Amino acid sequence: MAEFTINLNGKSTKVDVAPNTPLLWVLRDHLDLVGTKYGCGIAQCGACTVHIDDIAMRACTLPISQISEQKITTIEGLSENGTHPVQKAWLEHDVAQCGYCQTGQIMTAAAFLKDNANPSDDEIARAMNGNICRCGTYTRIKAAVKTAAKNQ
Amino acid sequence: MSTIKTHYNRRSFLKISAASGGGMLLGFSFLAGCKADVVAEQIKTKALPKNWFDMNAFLKIGENGLVTILSPNPEIGQNVKTSMPMLIAEELDVNWEDVVVEQAGFDKNKYERQVAGGSQSIRHGWTSLRTAGATARRMLLEAAAQKLEVPVDELRTENGIISHKNSDKTISYGEVASVASQIEIPEEVQLKDPKDFKIIGQGIKNVDGQKIVTGQPLFGLDYKRDGMLIAMIEHPPAFGMKLKSVDDSKAKTMSGIKGVYTIDTSSLSEQRPTIFAFSEVVAVVGNSTWEVLQAKKALNIEWEKANTLEDSATHSQEMDKFLANKNIEAKRKDGNPSKAFKDASKIIERVYTAPFLAHNTLEPMNFFADVSSEKADLVGPIQTPQWASGMVADALGMDVENVSIDMTRQGGGFGRRLYGHFVVEAALISKAAQSPIKLIYTREDDMSYGVYRPAYKVKYRAAINDKNEMTAFHVSGVGAHGGPVWENRFPAGAVEHYLAEDQSIETVVSTGAWRAPKSNFIAGAEQAFLDEVAEAIGKDPIDFRLELFEKAKANPVGEENDYDAERYAGVLKMVREKSGWDNQKSGVHRGVAAYYCHNSYVAQVVDIIEKNGKPAIQKVWSAVDCGIVVNPEGAKNQIEGGLIDGIGHAMYSAMSFKDGVPQQKNFNTYNLIRHMDAPMEIETHFVDNGIDPTGLGEPGLPPVMGALANALYKATGKRFYDQPFAQNKELLG
Repeated sequence: MAEFTINLNGKSTKVDVAPNTPLLWVLRDHLDLVGTKYGCGIAQCGACTVHIDDIAMRACTLPISQISEQKITTIEGLSENGTHPVQKAWLEHDVAQCGYCQTGQIMTAAAFLKDNANPSDDEIARAMNGNICRCGTYTRIKAAVKTAAKNQ
Repeated sequence: MSTIKTHYNRRSFLKISAASGGGMLLGFSFLAGCKADVVAEQIKTKALPKNWFDMNAFLKIGENGLVTILSPNPEIGQNVKTSMPMLIAEELDVNWEDVVVEQAGFDKNKYERQVAGGSQSIRHGWTSLRTAGATARRMLLEAAAQKLEVPVDELRTENGIISHKNSDKTISYGEVASVASQIEIPEEVQLKDPKDFKIIGQGIKNVDGQKIVTGQPLFGLDYKRDGMLIAMIEHPPAFGMKLKSVDDSKAKTMSGIKGVYTIDTSSLSEQRPTIFAFSEVVAVVGNSTWEVLQAKKALNIEWEKANTLEDSATHSQEMDKFLANKNIEAKRKDGNPSKAFKDASKIIERVYTAPFLAHNTLEPMNFFADVSSEKADLVGPIQTPQWASGMVADALGMDVENVSIDMTRQGGGFGRRLYGHFVVEAALISKAAQSPIKLIYTREDDMSYGVYRPAYKVKYRAAINDKNEMTAFHVSGVGAHGGPVWENRFPAGAVEHYLAEDQSIETVVSTGAWRAPKSNFIAGAEQAFLDEVAEAIGKDPIDFRLELFEKAKANPVGEENDYDAERYAGVLKMVREKSGWDNQKSGVHRGVAAYYCHNSYVAQVVDIIEKNGKPAIQKVWSAVDCGIVVNPEGAKNQIEGGLIDGIGHAMYSAMSFKDGVPQQKNFNTYNLIRHMDAPMEIETHFVDNGIDPTGLGEPGLPPVMGALANALYKATGKRFYDQPFAQNKELLG
């Protein structure tokens, strides 16, 4: 075990865990932030997507020891009360079915729209391709990303 | 307006005395929303009430008129947590903005059929849930009549307000809720005429939407309780193997590990061996997920062969042997098929195949259990809480009355969570570890310990006479633990000479229901075969089917035909019109299919274009007849998801076995459809016919597999018979 101080959702946060513990389990087990989901553990499904300095990363394969000063943002810190344009667009399009993958989808979309404010359909599909939705809400996700792009 | 006897569903109206001791606090538990402020966020119109008055098992009303509706059935993404409460709210006659929805726990004394399966929740709940709302409304009216001192039949309701016809007297539901909750349950109530519906038919958004997009704890994997430990299992690495010995000397001493336990699940495997494959698993229990994962890897387990270790290739050969069998007992026979085939001027024969599939709910199997000698307290994602509670009681040797199950929101179901061996495992681990635990499967555990969709093969033959008419139809299917044939479905009833056969091979691989069981294979095969027959006859594929439905309607063959030909033809006509089928566009390759299952009819057209030298799905059109559409937005979402699921599995997914070992264990080797493969556009239409509603969780999936195969043929000139189609390299983008 070792003590780490991380910059999480705008707050300096201390955790005492084994250095190879992935950020995903630090968030879920030690900090009770469960919006970041476990889906595969091998960075294939995107359910665990968080932002590290505004870049979308897979928390399931990112050991806590590899994060130093970088700013970590999880779905819980993306906005106050779900008011980020991507979250609002998700609600407007009633995207979710089971809902399990959607926080990861939202985090990927939010990071993507920072880089590309006015994406084409193909660019959206490519950017979102690492996030699996087992319920198949892909066309709604695409529509929501376009709405968010318009409203941000 | 229709009058309904309330004893129709008497058990649902066990009256709980009003909350005299200060009422129930909303937000008191995880399942009610975790945090009162999160619940409060949902409420747009009113503050939290001080008291809740129970009207019946489905709803309680606060003194300020806020209504809590308990949604009885498991929510797996089919949106019943929104649509079932809509039925209650409609007849209660309240403003939807004043409604808060909670997931009800499992309670067989209060609720009927708390199951997520067979697309039946809305169909079964249609009368009983509306009756629950109407009964409470009647009790509120009677209470208002007492308070206002007017006859009850002079009162009417609107949006939670009761008003007197002949005066300006009004009173709100909240003001009479306390008195109403003490009133005798009426013996009969009247239900609204569908033309007066205000909530049913509206696109009401997912009641958990805000919590989903903000990452609030909702799912089983998110559940936490004080003192709870994490548990994981190791199961035999191959179907046909069992535990020999466990060396846990290293694992037990690792950081954060409480213990390693051998868990006897033979009560499951002995009773239902085709579903529950393993009689023992090894459990590791510890403080945190990562620590348990490390200890799980450090276990040194010896497994031994207990049965045949099967390969996918031998499954396939075995099924071929069955299909070649000439002496199969017919499941249905009309006319004289053998003579019709002998007299045919042309016979078309084709074989279609599909592999085993894993369910792959994105939230892997998991469950919380806290077991003591007196009771078992269980929380998590399960589609069949009643079955699971019985299995837990059996395994623990405990009275089922002492087993309680609460359902969380569920990160997908697709049939996987019908089979609650993981609930039993959680209970047994909690008992062994003498601690509350949450059992978590890794993705690898989940995918390699499946209750899989069986592999199937089906052979079709059609006889065509010299007048270019289809005179005979022969379907012969085979599958693992049961074949795929529904002998009374179309085209049974529409063909003079008809023969249906179905056979089963044995396997030690566990199998079970997977979204739209059997239909998830046979629909695509049948609809692709009919496309070939239409082509051979020289008819438009929609015209060809419509002529068969005309025959089934005017002069049906046999009496057991399991479909309504007019409704079936109706969705085909609708999809023809909406998709502009008769005005084919250059560069767009189109395929059509229609199927009836789970009491609903769906016809689909798939449009394929060429993109970067490969076929790409530009658009899918659906026409759906599920009777009254309760929630149009949710209904569309189900059809969209169903067809993407169907396209995905027909194109990309397969589970194979070698020496009993599942060859795909995670999403690096098991392919699921992703954003770039999804249709660029989807357009869905519903038939408006006022018939009582049927389900939508499954019917959107089966036909699209056929429409896709038929469109791929138009695009490539090649017929595809073996799923997943993308094993043909030319189809991979």
